[in-house]
Amino acid sequence: MKWLRRWLPSGRTVVTSVPYLWLLLFFLVPFVIVLKISFSTAQIAMPPYAPLLHWMSDKVVQVQLDFSNFLFLIQDNLYWKAYLTSIGIAFVSTVLCLLIGYPIAYSIARSDPSRRNILMLMIVLPFWTSFLLRVYAWIGILKNNGLINNALMALGIIDQPIQMLQTDFAVYIGIVYSYLPFMILPLYANLEKMDLTLLEAAEDLGCRPWEAFLKITLPLSVPGMIAGCLLVFIPAVGEFVIPALLGDPGMLMIGKVLWTEFFNNRDWPVASAVAIALLLFLVLPIMYLDRAQNRADEEGERN
Amino acid sequence: MQGRSWFRIVSLIVGFAFLYIPIASLIVYSFNASKLVTVWGGFSTKWYGELIRNEQILNAAWLSLRVAAITATIAVILGTLAGMVLARFGPFKGRTLFSGLTTAPLVMPEVITGLSLLLLFVTLEQLIGWPQGRGMTTIIIAHVTFSMAFVTVIVQSRLAQMDESLEEAALDLGARPWKVFFLITLPIIFPALLSGWLLAFTLSLDDLVIASFVAGPGSSTLPMVIFSKVRLGVSPDINALATILVVAVAIGVAIAGVMMTRQQKARDRDAQMALAANQQMIESLKKG
Repeated sequence: MKWLRRWLPSGRTVVTSVPYLWLLLFFLVPFVIVLKISFSTAQIAMPPYAPLLHWMSDKVVQVQLDFSNFLFLIQDNLYWKAYLTSIGIAFVSTVLCLLIGYPIAYSIARSDPSRRNILMLMIVLPFWTSFLLRVYAWIGILKNNGLINNALMALGIIDQPIQMLQTDFAVYIGIVYSYLPFMILPLYANLEKMDLTLLEAAEDLGCRPWEAFLKITLPLSVPGMIAGCLLVFIPAVGEFVIPALLGDPGMLMIGKVLWTEFFNNRDWPVASAVAIALLLFLVLPIMYLDRAQNRADEEGERN
Repeated sequence: MQGRSWFRIVSLIVGFAFLYIPIASLIVYSFNASKLVTVWGGFSTKWYGELIRNEQILNAAWLSLRVAAITATIAVILGTLAGMVLARFGPFKGRTLFSGLTTAPLVMPEVITGLSLLLLFVTLEQLIGWPQGRGMTTIIIAHVTFSMAFVTVIVQSRLAQMDESLEEAALDLGARPWKVFFLITLPIIFPALLSGWLLAFTLSLDDLVIASFVAGPGSSTLPMVIFSKVRLGVSPDINALATILVVAVAIGVAIAGVMMTRQQKARDRDAQMALAANQQMIESLKKG
């Protein structure tokens, strides 16, 4: 038995390598392939791109790097516009999420401890029903003969329906509605464990409640705000479903552009280049989020 | 304090109204006789009948349920292993990359994950002939990859909260690591595994973008069918489907809640009994 154990990898190695290999094969390697294909040229074939590596007769690998896809992205105004629109929309939605989510997270964190869990459960509960169907619900509410317009016209406030569906406004609503739990969860976790004696001390020293909030609660909740904002901003930049269902058909968001390049134009190399460029935009926020989380973990372990 | 509690109540009411009114409107209009979803034409259940007769939706739902169940099971196994590695194994070579690989899928835009996995499958098929074509297998692999990250986070944070001395005690008493895992760790973190399974199941059932990339012709999942229908405008049978889903989730959450409360009570009782037994032993030792 002893010789067998020496040859078999240790249990620790097996436990580590199974999820590690899965993630390497199905998460990291695909990115390398995307990177590779983004440097390839489109062809009418299956798969519709030219191979990057050519085996020459003398067994030397010739690598053909084709930067034309990226040049195309840089030169074509459409892509710049799409990136800027996506970042703008994601930014405004993140700010709205913070403005709406903060009072909710604060109210739950300061409510009776016996009620907090049930309130948080109610915040995440909609998340368990289909995301697609929740976005779909807003079509019925926002469209020209939808709930809001019907109600406003019945009350006599407006005579003509207001165009809300297929506008930026509808996309903001959709993103805020879908990602609000991601903002509230880290904020709540932060606000809930805050040391309330600090506030008592401030009030004893003559601080007004709102002053104490601005000087103590708000600065202490910055890590929660950053985590929440990144959790909303990063996926919102690449969002596809919400602009496709609620936004103007002509609205350019990068997720939609990638989708169109891939499914409608069948230009895989350009779609890959769009993906790589999007990733470059998001690498910094993603790394920042990872670091913030590691720091929070370490602090959690210390306490 | 008066003013502040008023602020709290208002912001909670507004917040919950924002979260729940759209869902309520979906449910109400699923019972609307009129085809114009937002004009009330009397109470009717005919859209449910139409839904049950819609074979395309039923087939897609069956495929999605099978994919979600298999995905959730594999994701829980892999996510638990990854969570153990991150929470218990300490530093090792390549740990930074590993922890990065487990968090990145959480925030990666779905279009990128979908595109990159499809390109991987196409390349693999060219190189080794597997996977042949695309369908259920490729959807499951894609879903496992992004949902295992969520399971990992849940398991890791549960393990970080857990009292390690129980595992250490078992190891000191001579139990093998795998035995400690199955007899001590697994039962304690079981609620986390259950919520991880449910989360992975929901994420898989809900995914449109990634599935659209990696699904082949003839393997449309439920969200893909819903999306192609909804794109053309509102349709009441989708409202009926949404209502069924909301009711199923509500029942599921209620059952999970009752189960967890009961388990918590049982655990509290066990802890009290252990404490009482301990006390008795000390008493008898004192007397002896």
